[in-house]
Amino acid sequence: MSVVSRGFTGRGRSDAHLPPGQYLAEDFPVLSAGPTPRIDTARWEFAITTETGERHTWDWAQFRALPSETVTVDLHCVTKWSKLGTSWEGVSVDTLLAEVDSAADYALVHAYGGYTTNLPLEDLLDGQAWLAFGYDGEELSPEHGGPVRLLVPHLYLWKSAKWVRGIQLLVEEQQGFWESVGYHNYGDPWREQRYWGD
Amino acid sequence: MARAAVLGRLTWRVATVVAARDEGEVARTLVLDVPGWTGHAPGQHVDLRLTAEDGYSAQRSYSIASAPVDGRLELTVQRVADGEVSPYLVEVALPGDSFEVRGPIGGYFVWRGGDPSPVLLIAGGSGIVPLMAMIRTRSANGSRVPFRLLYSTRSPATAIYADELAGADPGLQVAYAYTRHAPPDSPRPPGRLDGALLAEAGWPAELAPACYVCGPTGFVEAMADLLVNQGHAADRIRTERFGGTT
Amino acid sequence: MTDTWVDGNELAGPLREIFAVDVTVAHGQCVHCGHRCTLAEVRVYSRAPGLVARCPSCEAVLLRVVRSPARVWLDLTGLAYLEFAAP
Repeated sequence: MSVVSRGFTGRGRSDAHLPPGQYLAEDFPVLSAGPTPRIDTARWEFAITTETGERHTWDWAQFRALPSETVTVDLHCVTKWSKLGTSWEGVSVDTLLAEVDSAADYALVHAYGGYTTNLPLEDLLDGQAWLAFGYDGEELSPEHGGPVRLLVPHLYLWKSAKWVRGIQLLVEEQQGFWESVGYHNYGDPWREQRYWGD
Repeated sequence: MARAAVLGRLTWRVATVVAARDEGEVARTLVLDVPGWTGHAPGQHVDLRLTAEDGYSAQRSYSIASAPVDGRLELTVQRVADGEVSPYLVEVALPGDSFEVRGPIGGYFVWRGGDPSPVLLIAGGSGIVPLMAMIRTRSANGSRVPFRLLYSTRSPATAIYADELAGADPGLQVAYAYTRHAPPDSPRPPGRLDGALLAEAGWPAELAPACYVCGPTGFVEAMADLLVNQGHAADRIRTERFGGTT
Repeated sequence: MTDTWVDGNELAGPLREIFAVDVTVAHGQCVHCGHRCTLAEVRVYSRAPGLVARCPSCEAVLLRVVRSPARVWLDLTGLAYLEFAAP
């Protein structure tokens, strides 16, 4: 049992409408497992690879020519901070997957710098996920994942891979960077699925 | 002095504030009573944990400022703007308050009194704290090992331990680099700790001094480069970087 | 622009709870590039869901530590070995 320190309350916490165990962040924390990649849009490429090895690619111009939308979503990080009502501009992942034929059930997301994360393919569909290039009305900065990051707000934020470079469609699930070392395969914040076995 | 032996795993211990004193305008020293504490090697740190009534807890690392003594240790904490733990320690904590510490931690950035080599200490801002533990240990042991300290700080108002450093025995020589405002009697105008000051106030590389550099990451990297450029061997330089913790 | 890493001393506390020795004075070798150094000299990214230590030479992941309230996960596959003084 920890010793309680008189007068310590920590940062502003505990609001209604937050998933269990979360607190409201005042700023937008920057977390990273490695150095920030600096990707020039001139050499940026996004690729979807199917389970048969077929590759669909978009360069920056092709990507930005796709229809995009502005969405307002809540972010929930497994390190317990949440940020509500964040505004993003991006291309719905449905738009890119519409061009792809696949019987796969799983996705492994790849990022510049080597980070990976996995999720069921169906969690990337039906308006649940975006490739975001703008945050809060401005170009997405490198420290927050620019030029493009994945945004999957219904899962913990580690699934919203920064510096995204591709999605690999798989018949069998493969674990990503954090999922392979204790973090939950699915990661639903409302069921507090933080770690294996939750 | 504790050797890096097999000590068993660390546990959290209760620390109670017995006294607090301001250090300059930006920091505060807390004197802690820690039952069961059996001392540390100068340069080591503790993890400190605060727990709120609802169970929420926050944890940060702080270098130990004092020479090793059974049952007691001192931490000097600099208030970080918008921090979570340091404002509590600097502004709220009073004698009688308790929290938890775990340690001592770190076998790399330590000075062991048995080494007769001269010692060069280079401090950037709050990086002075673990180096002060080394200075105080040297004094408590009556050691004759020659120490030189180069202390980079913004101004006399942000310099801590000033009186203690001014009154130390001649075996410790101190040079300041004031980066923003220098006092009127300062031998140099305000400016960064550069190669010229290092050559003038440090130890020559031929003496193979044990070098300890502590401070923000950029400062530490710049100083380590300067030392290597002046001929100090990389394995004689130990560094501790203070990262972005609050 | 400095990236948000700190040195390997950051590993000392968390790993001291797991190992009975201080691993920051241990030497390790990167499986990726072969660079050898003390763990105190590695680059630790700690503003993350876990601790990630990377090789100061090639940035490859050397080790990862994740802790839940009940469990600890430790991945050492990025280190060819750890060498330290016999206790």
